[in-house]
Amino acid sequence: MRYFDPAAFFDYLFNHFLLGGVVVTVGLTVAGVVGGLVLGMIIALMRMSANRPLSVFARVYVWFFRGTPLLIQLVVIYTGLPQLGIKFGVIGSALIGLILHEAAYLAEIIRSGFMAVPRGQREAAWALSIPKTTIFWRVTLPQAFRLMIPPFGNSVNSLLKATSLASVISVEEIMRRSDMLMQEHFQILEVYAAATVYYLLLVSIWDLFQQRLERHFERSVARDAKTVLARRRPS
Amino acid sequence: MTSQSATASETSAVRMEAVYKRFGDFAALSEVDLRVAKGERIVVCGPSGSGKSTLIRCINHIERHDEGLIYVNGFELKPEPKSVDLVRRETGMVFQSFNLFPHMTILENCILAPMSAHGLGRREAEDRAMALLEKVRIADQAKKFPIQLSGGQQQRVAIARALCMQPKIMLFDEPTSALDPEMVKEVLETMKGLANEGMTMLCVTHEMGFAREVADRIVFMDKGRIIEQAKPEAFFTAPQTERARHFLDQIIH
Repeated sequence: MRYFDPAAFFDYLFNHFLLGGVVVTVGLTVAGVVGGLVLGMIIALMRMSANRPLSVFARVYVWFFRGTPLLIQLVVIYTGLPQLGIKFGVIGSALIGLILHEAAYLAEIIRSGFMAVPRGQREAAWALSIPKTTIFWRVTLPQAFRLMIPPFGNSVNSLLKATSLASVISVEEIMRRSDMLMQEHFQILEVYAAATVYYLLLVSIWDLFQQRLERHFERSVARDAKTVLARRRPS
Repeated sequence: MTSQSATASETSAVRMEAVYKRFGDFAALSEVDLRVAKGERIVVCGPSGSGKSTLIRCINHIERHDEGLIYVNGFELKPEPKSVDLVRRETGMVFQSFNLFPHMTILENCILAPMSAHGLGRREAEDRAMALLEKVRIADQAKKFPIQLSGGQQQRVAIARALCMQPKIMLFDEPTSALDPEMVKEVLETMKGLANEGMTMLCVTHEMGFAREVADRIVFMDKGRIIEQAKPEAFFTAPQTERARHFLDQIIH
């Protein structure tokens, strides 16, 4: 009896049906990140605003979507809401669920980035009469963004793998298509090994991209380590 | 006449009348009255927590005063954005921690405000910035980032950056307190240069040598109140209050 069939593994690895699933996984992730960033920024700004109802709404939003499993959110959106006459397609449901969920996490990451920008930066900008919108786009946001990148990268990594949950509402991404392939010949290890390789590959590509992003934004803060050490004040 | 237009007869650069500022239960400023004439150089000193920083931070509304009246070059400072903006355009501020924008080069630091608030073109803003960087003797560093400069150099850039907005009054909030001792002098020299050009200056500092040499008047604060004002010579040789005498004993070794 054979335990692992390498030939079958490679067959699955280059299987067009599975590759189609990879494309769907990437699509869900990208849409989830972009949508999550836009909505997350809005939620974060609401949360930080002086307007009490807005900040309370944002707080409740984050509490709710971080406090319930994504799996339940997806199932409710796809199979529960139609009971109320609200219907979305399979992909639509998955996208809505992923974006709403991701936005809650990203809102907190964005907020923490803004809070970590020293108050003195805004004070200096105020003292210079720099207009509010310019302060936001040119002074606060770039500095907050640099601080957001590591936790943001983490969140994208999680989301990439969380797209596999969409398989339960029959979105044909990597996980779902692996399940379908598995049921043909029950070569369980071979199929999921191929799926695993794809997840690792996608995550690695993202890691590389994140590193480049970090390096790009680090450059102004530390041209080189020597300069930083030489200029650091004894405290 | 609207309250936002400057009074023609106004000769004070800064006028504070019965100004109060509280942080919770703590009275940071109590019944502060202060008049600063145009061109006058004031050094504000006092023990830590006496309200010196709060005093000058109220003048350009970085801190909002709770009660009392503040006039800057005749403009009354009210909490409305318009009024605040008018006052801030009259004033420049230099902070203890420099507060340069770390993600921008020295030159970019200097042109952001003139371009966004004065509507200057990039060329014009850069010309103005380079002239002022030249004046603080740091023009050769214009393309560098703040982190690549020493503390003294950063603070001189911060002074040039403030001057790029062509303020009539300069506020200094402990500008040398975060510097290594060997860098204090270059910043003080830059400030002396400004003083010699007739700039109205309010400076919170513990540099008594600077105070003696440059100040027209010393304002001594304790527990949120101005308790003594005098010419430097009189203040240092014959302080009127026990508190000031004690303070001078502590800082002059």
